[in-house]
Amino acid sequence: MKPAAFTYHRARSVSGAVGLLAELGDDAKVIAGGQSLVAMMNFRLARPEHLIDIARIPGLDTIVREGDALRVGALVTHHAVETADLGPDFRVLSEAMRWVGHLPIRTRGTVGGSIAHADATAEWCLLAVLLDARIVVEGPAGRRSIPAEEFFQGVFTTALEPDELIVEVEFPRPAPRATLTEFAERQGDFAIVAAAVDPDAPRVVLGGVAQVPLRVPAAEAVLAAGVAVAEVGEAAAAAIDVRDEPGASAHYRRALTRTLVTRACEEARTR
Amino acid sequence: MTREPRFDRTGRWVGASVPRREDPRLLAGRGRFVDDIALPRMLHAQFVRSTIAHGRIVAVDLGEVRAVPGVVAAFTAADLALGDITALLDRPPHEFVPTAMPVLALEKVRYVGEPVAIVVATDPYAAEDGVEAAVVEYEDLDPVVTDTAALADGAPLVHAEAPRNTLVDVSLFATEGIDDVFAQAPCVVRVRTKTGRQNALPLETRGVVAAWDDRDEQLHVQTNTQVPHQVRTVLAGCVGLHEKQVRVTVPDMGGGFGQKCVVGREEIATAAAALRLRRPVKWIEDRRDALTAAFLAREQRYDVRAAFDAEGRILGLDADVVCDMGAYSCYPFTAGIEPLMASAEMPSVYQVPAYRVRGRAVTTNKAPTAPYRGVSRPQYVMVVERLMERAARELGIDPVEIRRRNLITVFPYTGVNRITYDPGSYRESLDLCEQVLHDEGWYDVRARAVREGRVIGIGYSCFSERTGYGSGAFAQRKMQVVPGFDISEIRMDVSGTVSVTTGTMSHGQSHETTMAQIVADRLGLDIARIKIVQGDTDRITYGWGSFASRSITIGGSAVAAASGKLGEQLREIAAHLLDADVDATELDGDGGVRLRDDPARRLSFAELADVAYLRAHLLPKGIGPGLTASASFDVAGDGTFSNATHGVVVELDPGTGGVQILRYVCVEDCGVAIHPQVVEGQCRGGIAQGIAGALFEQVTYDDAGQPLAPSLMEYKVPTAAEIPDVAIHHLETPCAFTANGAKGAGEGGTIGAPAAVLNAVNDALRDTGVELDDTPIARETVHRALESALENAHV
Amino acid sequence: MSEIQLVELTVNGERHDLAIEPRRTLVDVLRHDIGLTGTHVGCEHGICGACTVLVDGAPVRACLVFAAQVEDADIRTVESLAEPDGTLSDLQREFSAHHGLQCGFCTPGFLMLAEGFLAERPDATKEEIREVVASNLCRCTGYQTIVEAVDACAARRRSG
Repeated sequence: MKPAAFTYHRARSVSGAVGLLAELGDDAKVIAGGQSLVAMMNFRLARPEHLIDIARIPGLDTIVREGDALRVGALVTHHAVETADLGPDFRVLSEAMRWVGHLPIRTRGTVGGSIAHADATAEWCLLAVLLDARIVVEGPAGRRSIPAEEFFQGVFTTALEPDELIVEVEFPRPAPRATLTEFAERQGDFAIVAAAVDPDAPRVVLGGVAQVPLRVPAAEAVLAAGVAVAEVGEAAAAAIDVRDEPGASAHYRRALTRTLVTRACEEARTR
Repeated sequence: MTREPRFDRTGRWVGASVPRREDPRLLAGRGRFVDDIALPRMLHAQFVRSTIAHGRIVAVDLGEVRAVPGVVAAFTAADLALGDITALLDRPPHEFVPTAMPVLALEKVRYVGEPVAIVVATDPYAAEDGVEAAVVEYEDLDPVVTDTAALADGAPLVHAEAPRNTLVDVSLFATEGIDDVFAQAPCVVRVRTKTGRQNALPLETRGVVAAWDDRDEQLHVQTNTQVPHQVRTVLAGCVGLHEKQVRVTVPDMGGGFGQKCVVGREEIATAAAALRLRRPVKWIEDRRDALTAAFLAREQRYDVRAAFDAEGRILGLDADVVCDMGAYSCYPFTAGIEPLMASAEMPSVYQVPAYRVRGRAVTTNKAPTAPYRGVSRPQYVMVVERLMERAARELGIDPVEIRRRNLITVFPYTGVNRITYDPGSYRESLDLCEQVLHDEGWYDVRARAVREGRVIGIGYSCFSERTGYGSGAFAQRKMQVVPGFDISEIRMDVSGTVSVTTGTMSHGQSHETTMAQIVADRLGLDIARIKIVQGDTDRITYGWGSFASRSITIGGSAVAAASGKLGEQLREIAAHLLDADVDATELDGDGGVRLRDDPARRLSFAELADVAYLRAHLLPKGIGPGLTASASFDVAGDGTFSNATHGVVVELDPGTGGVQILRYVCVEDCGVAIHPQVVEGQCRGGIAQGIAGALFEQVTYDDAGQPLAPSLMEYKVPTAAEIPDVAIHHLETPCAFTANGAKGAGEGGTIGAPAAVLNAVNDALRDTGVELDDTPIARETVHRALESALENAHV
Repeated sequence: MSEIQLVELTVNGERHDLAIEPRRTLVDVLRHDIGLTGTHVGCEHGICGACTVLVDGAPVRACLVFAAQVEDADIRTVESLAEPDGTLSDLQREFSAHHGLQCGFCTPGFLMLAEGFLAERPDATKEEIREVVASNLCRCTGYQTIVEAVDACAARRRSG
């Protein structure tokens, strides 16, 4: 389990990284914390010929509150968010970090890396959709900002162009009552199903039931109606389209969805 | 020797949880594990492995491999021309079919991950580059992926010589009239279960460093094996050397649990490459290979009926056991290891008057199997304990009470399986375990749970574990290579310190400490002055290594006997020098010999050793120079049985099917504990592995025989978040024939845990009408059971 | 084999100038290029934690980091815990006292995990310690004694 050979590049600026990406094309891969990428490289499931290390680009590791919005730099680690004092408005971000792998993963793994990797059960992907985040990316033509719902396109597939780099994730509005919960057999594992709710938006977002983090408008409507939380869970379970897969049947995923959405709503109501 | 007490409780070392001798170096990062070894000009090996489950090898092209930068050599089976690894039973052809395991696959591949060629390079990265460049052409054959497929009519054959893919088919017991017993019994219950394939998963994977030493004219193989002498024998045979030309030594080991108590193909191939290249070669198994291509265990299918009378007394047991042993028999145990263990010992701790069993080993296109901590006992104990609970429910008897009515209570007890059980605390451990859970209030919690909408269950398992299998016991299994005894040699040097050899092989069990404690009490010498020597075929006459919880019972007894002999020598010399009768002397417990009636007259071991080596002319007539002794130990009878009762409280989550262990109580009896803290460590670690088997871990394959759990993401070794604290209570029934009254303690935790957890889960499900017997228990299955009960309740 | 890169690492306060392939992981470089074999390799995909070291004080999986990524960082391995004369640290002594190790293979990873965690969270509760101990795998102990050892070390440090 040793990775294939590659050439290592260290970017000193966003424009430098973008320039390298443009020059090296599909043979290059960006590495920040590398907590998913290096594991895949050790299995030789990923074998980039060039690695562009962006970890030392200055200015991408800050968390800034600007009015209602919270701007989280791409290089901010999960652990930095976990231990940051984000106030009541964005406490869901800090709280959700306990579900991200384990401490030694969280100390290196980054927000931008997690979003770019786009695992449909990853907490950052759910949070981004839940909170209507905008993914700020920079390419040769400059910066653009992509709504999270449009950013995630499929299994490990995003709207990011090969020569673009995520620089920041912008959470535009406070979500003091938002919550996230999930279920896995073992602590730290990727969830079988993850559920996040924000009663104020309202938003209901699920991980593990689709190729992307999935908003469930039918459940959001029920949530907005302010009825019993179990009905929100019921609506979410009814709305999803899941298939039997090894390890979890459609029926089970639906049941987990019902349970987790209900529990997330219960927790939100206590706030 | 007759002056020795049966077991020694007067010394200050045995029974004390002294600081472990192993700890300082391991804590400081200064241990020496096999991958820590670096030799000049050392090369690194990796293996080209089969990508298909079953096929004929048409061609192996290593041309591109040899062109990869850094690759020094690449060999196929034909290039190395090695002998096979073949393990045999002395059983007739209808009971046992011998099959050879080639070191590298020659004509056929029989599982995904089977080694086909070895690539040797200047570093492990280049070796892996080389492996990628290999081109192997296969002719696909239909794979046999399950035990039922293996036994089906017209199934493809994994080994042409094994019809119906059956390697072992034995019917050890069939009590006359057992059919009548079942026909007339007022209560017959049945358990059909399938247990998941598991990986023992030592955290340190397998590995070896081999080098030809011209000065010693020896192939020196440093390998992390539990059985160094057996590796030497097989290796010498495979490469065509005399055994004196092979030295196997074992560095620190990062666990084994049985996976390392068989001879591995890779360690032979690596050594052969080193021999061929005359350069040191290292192979370190990576985790993917460890998960997919290392020795596995535990995949068994049981169909067992038990007959009971109306009072809940068991009348008979009728069992059919099929063990999926994968592609090959392991050396030295053979594919018979699991079915023979289950067949011989299934009656467990109960008085079973009638017994019939058929045990089979089938071969499939999956990685082969080896003994794994507990060997079949976690499975059959689970089956028997499920039968007890089921009968209890059917007869309306309390599940603890029905066990009481059946437990063996008068010892020695010779069972229907013709095994004689030495004294244990079967009844006492159950009583205490139940009392602890009562006293801690768990029965109240369980009762309240119903009102509170919680789902809580309590489950038990009672079991014993045969430890210290002597040569006679293994001979009954009809192994052609018969383990059992152990030999120890002790040597005192000029300064009065001793080194003691043991043929056992610690791989985490603390033998450097516990064996030294035994010696310390026998000689009355501080353990700081005792060195335990293990894992070196040049320094140890012969040993069987560590498995089957044999180390303290057999190895410890040999060490004690050798120490006792040395003590006699010391007293004889002292008697001479002090001008006294030998009978008037005694070891003084502080590194010397004194006169019993005049303790002031004393000679220290250093003074005696000084005479033995440096002033030998002062020695008594008939005693030669030097201070050495050796002794062997074997168990004449059926070994000694440790026993325990485990009690578990679980809570199920109806919303997710989640299973949480709220409380785990273990009441264990391993006789005299040499080092109670180490015994508790063995219990807890074993229980964690048992819980893992009950609730988490499974090696799975798709229909084509491709492994579905090639990483620790899929193979779910539980963490500190899942494994509960374990409360341990000790009982002590000393063994009458081991040196210190000790019984083995290595496997019990693993044996008891699956049954207790499964019973607790089923107790929690008691109102659902659903019973779960398969392991690992899927959360989805739990969820479905609770859900259906809810639905029924609503109807 | 690919191109060689010059990499400068600071490990346990000591600087090492290395000429290595950039694909070499930190754990391989620590063990085989620098010779600090106390850090172990258990899975090479970030699950088992046997390779856990401190990078700028934070516990990190050394199998999921290329050495080239951590130039200029302060890397600490298990070899830094004991005094040069071999005297064990308080954390190491608690592991021994609680029998928090058996085969010892996972132990360096747990030690560095706990060392990094307790430095950041000296007031951690036993439950928080358990959650962090769940980061790494041990196959021998069943974890209880590891949790107890770390908890005892934290308590002792707090008391003085």
